[in-house]
Amino acid sequence: MTQNPRAFREASKQAVHDPRLKQALGRIKGHFQLARRFASSDFPDFEALRDQGAAIREHSITHLQPLLAEFEKSVTSRGGKVHWARDAAEARQVVIEILKRSGARRVTKGKSMVSEEIGLNDALQAHGIEPIETDLGEYIIQLRHEPPSHIIAPAFHLNKEDVAETFRGAHRNLDPSRDLSERSALVSEARTMLRAAFEGADAGITGANFLTAREGAALIVTNEGNGDLTRLLPRTHIVVTGIEKVVPDLNAASVLLRLLTRSATGQPITSYVSVMSGPHSPELSDGPREFHVVLVDNGRTRLLGTPAQEALRCIRCAACLNHCPIYGAVGGHAYGATYPGPIGAALNPNLLGISQAHHHPNASTFCGRCAEVCPVKIPLPTIMRYWRAREYAAGLPPLSNRAGLGLWAFAAKRPQLYRLITKLASRILKRLSRDGRIHALPLAGGWFAIRDLPEPEGKTFMEQLKSS
Amino acid sequence: MRVGLFVTCLVDMMRPSVGFSTLQLLERAGCEVVVPPTQTCCGQPAWNSGADTHCQDLARKVIDTFLEFDYVVVPSGSCAGMIRNHYPEALKDDHTYHSRALSLAKKTYELTQFLVEIAHATEFSAKYKASACYHDSCSCLRELSVREAPRQLLAKVEGLELKPLKDSDVCCGFGGLFSVKYPEISERMADDKISDAKDTDSSLVIGPDLGCLLHLAGRAARRGETLKFRHIAEVLANCPHPSIGEGT
Ligand code: SF4
Repeated sequence: MTQNPRAFREASKQAVHDPRLKQALGRIKGHFQLARRFASSDFPDFEALRDQGAAIREHSITHLQPLLAEFEKSVTSRGGKVHWARDAAEARQVVIEILKRSGARRVTKGKSMVSEEIGLNDALQAHGIEPIETDLGEYIIQLRHEPPSHIIAPAFHLNKEDVAETFRGAHRNLDPSRDLSERSALVSEARTMLRAAFEGADAGITGANFLTAREGAALIVTNEGNGDLTRLLPRTHIVVTGIEKVVPDLNAASVLLRLLTRSATGQPITSYVSVMSGPHSPELSDGPREFHVVLVDNGRTRLLGTPAQEALRCIRCAACLNHCPIYGAVGGHAYGATYPGPIGAALNPNLLGISQAHHHPNASTFCGRCAEVCPVKIPLPTIMRYWRAREYAAGLPPLSNRAGLGLWAFAAKRPQLYRLITKLASRILKRLSRDGRIHALPLAGGWFAIRDLPEPEGKTFMEQLKSS
Repeated sequence: MRVGLFVTCLVDMMRPSVGFSTLQLLERAGCEVVVPPTQTCCGQPAWNSGADTHCQDLARKVIDTFLEFDYVVVPSGSCAGMIRNHYPEALKDDHTYHSRALSLAKKTYELTQFLVEIAHATEFSAKYKASACYHDSCSCLRELSVREAPRQLLAKVEGLELKPLKDSDVCCGFGGLFSVKYPEISERMADDKISDAKDTDSSLVIGPDLGCLLHLAGRAARRGETLKFRHIAEVLANCPHPSIGEGT
């Protein structure tokens, strides 16, 4: 799915001109932005809560080793098992080995961005294991063979008409004339299909929103309760998540939960918070017999000690996507990476390599709205700018950009030369103007592609000041 | 007080009337204004492109030029934000210049904030007969926390009816080099802003940053809109110049 910068320009061009996508993305405001605004202004001191959350996450990512060791000890003492995966390939291998050992053929899955990040579903299929996504949005895009377009609402790019079309195509054994015009009809159809999947599943795979070191627990929040069914019904439950998700204890997690749900969907709490802390004990009637946690590094420790380290504080609430005007214009797929939007811009250059992902930190006007809403106060524009500096140092911007910038800087450092050039330039621009504007200029295709340039006065400020 | 006026490279070349309006406003606010003739650009295009060495060179020049003044005033939120927030960061490893960057940052202000909070001057007997909306620039809002000052100043303009603009905290899609790197996304953002402005029934959009205004005026002209665009300094100083993109 990895794209390059040129492909991004092409994809974004198509995306902004897609009326259906525009309609779908138009829901961001009502769905997420207003909801977050009410939820955060409703809370007595949301700013203080953000500070507290940022401090907890900062402490966690700067104490990863001791916290993860404590987490492993707690999980092991309850009969669970922790596995470590350095990269995506190792993570896939660990999961597949666990499943093969337990003879699993069908697995239900809760929504997990880390599973997308490591490309788990394709790997499972290649090994003859059938993954069934149980989150409604994930289920829809799985039917469409699409990646998620949003980190908490995977099918956000679709309208309900798109979903109805998808269901008609996929659920061929149902009455073709059934009414799918209402959201509720779509939800209940998906429920019926999924219930069968839950019953026949040999294993369940989920992500985790937080791992608590002291209790050895993995927490997931969902609005559909599918997380509970995924982890409780099958024999084996595997949690696949990033190492940075660990926090000291349940108290810390509860502070973050308050931030997460308010920032994500504007809810004071989601409908379901599942706390998973090990395999089923003899005195309990349900729960898995095997409990595994696969902790994925995949470049995360590489960020420690760099100016992008703070990106590891992320709790994947998606507020930065929801308030990003670029995301709002192009949607998630145009980015061509698992993590779109501002958090993607902060993570992808490390995850995919700067040469593959330098368009992500460039797809921003540095308007700063993302940092303003981030519940754990990640300085997203600062991190994007850091990646642009790495990009520039690696010589990745096109030669014409670098040469242009170099010439401009050369002149700007020499006021006399600069005065001369600007004097000339403003005369030439004035000459080229018609009806108060310039319609086109060579070497400035980017500007003139969509706009004119208002006519300059013809004499620079400095010139006029001198002669006044 | 001695104020160094940094007109910015865009104003210098594209719209000198903003510079003269600013000069006038500052003098009427009782400042002794000096325009250092060696000023060029604050280096923001280099900083935002990750060209740190170029940016550091330019930052040092700006510091040398402006450090002597009591205050430095800039008729642009993004250039003022560059000096206030990013110079200290850009020069953090330069032992000589880092402390200078910090002291320049402390005395640098965006025009409207300076007039209201430092010079306490809000009365300029300006007249402008129009209904208008105000486009906050992102750097004014989020880098400098300037929201009330321009509104306070515009409320005193006789004949001007200021209408609230929907989504006034959303970017217009300029973003410096972003506007040429991703013109299609920039176009969508500009179009959204222009339709929100039109929805207010205003004939004029006023803003604190020439970059946003050139971008929006250029896009509006391309679309054949009749909406007019002006920098806030021009409105406050009764600038007789035609509005942006209306010729000279
Ligand atoms: S970067 Fe901040 S706002 Fe964006 S997803 Fe992560 S926690 Fe949420």
